[in-house]
Amino acid sequence: MTEKTKQTHQDAEVHIVRPPVYLAIFAALMVLTALTTGISFIDLGVFNAVIALAIACVKASLVVLFFMHIHYSSRLLKLTVAAGLFTFMLLISLTMTDYISRAWGMF
Amino acid sequence: MDSQSIATTPEELESSGLPHAHDHPAFMRHHFEDIGQQREAASFGMWVFLLTEVMFFGGLFCAYLIFRNWYHPAFVAGSNTLDITLGTTNTAVLIGSSFTMAMAVYSAEMRRKGQLILFLVLTIVLGSVFLGIKAVEYHQKYVDHHIPGMNFSIQEFVHPTNPKAIPLAPDMAEKTQLYFFLYFAMTGMHALHMIIGIGMLFFLVARASKGAFTAGHVMPIENFGLYWHFVDIVWIFLFPLLYLISRYR
Repeated sequence: MTEKTKQTHQDAEVHIVRPPVYLAIFAALMVLTALTTGISFIDLGVFNAVIALAIACVKASLVVLFFMHIHYSSRLLKLTVAAGLFTFMLLISLTMTDYISRAWGMF
Repeated sequence: MDSQSIATTPEELESSGLPHAHDHPAFMRHHFEDIGQQREAASFGMWVFLLTEVMFFGGLFCAYLIFRNWYHPAFVAGSNTLDITLGTTNTAVLIGSSFTMAMAVYSAEMRRKGQLILFLVLTIVLGSVFLGIKAVEYHQKYVDHHIPGMNFSIQEFVHPTNPKAIPLAPDMAEKTQLYFFLYFAMTGMHALHMIIGIGMLFFLVARASKGAFTAGHVMPIENFGLYWHFVDIVWIFLFPLLYLISRYR
């Protein structure tokens, strides 16, 4: 292995996320937490669950992309995360096709 | 003899006095081409582990979804016995601990030992505060006879003290046990992950104080960070599902 390839590899792989990014994400997560708690006191019918879960998904995405560095990661890692979530959604959907076709009440 | 087979950490290698003529840092394993490849492999392995964890918690979430649909009134009644103030505080505390953990990874990358130890200790403190608040909540459930199988009482659900609550028929009120079973199973497994995480943090602080992660070997901190953020994400979904989506208005 030559010195040159080693250097390029190291430079390409490591991306150090700076504190301002972490602070901004932390602030966004706190605002979303306050928002989701506030909205839970307003009666929106079924949309209470929809909005609460949508906010949770946004929060989780922020954590995965920035705290867990996926935004800056290689395609292999991005694909790994995407494949895992896709498989998870597939399992939930297949289970739900059974239950939803029998009796579906309220959520 | 391959010195890598004996010395597994930079300090050990230094103190072992074995000759090491290779042109690479001591923490790099011989079967990797370079440090970049080693880091990529470690991150990939950690993510595959985290995906198995997604499937594990996913099963509990799926059970919650189905039973909530079947016994909706019981789940609404059970959900309203939780303390929303404590739940929101705990969410903020846990997000704070994720932030300090992210800063710990940054400190390790910047090779600042003191700062790394500070942020790891802060993560331990915030994680412990979370568990403390959780213990207060669990104790309240014990006092209220809302732990399934332990002198469980449906009194509060058949004859509610909260004027906004809708009284349940005794057979539906019994189903609140299922809500509390899932509540304890999900928050309990989450808390167990945090207890294991805090244990590992103590280990990491001890190693960090010897300078193990501030000489280029950031991977253990980085991978533990991934684990800690994953535990945070589980709570991000548990909080709305257990506390928020069915408040009485």
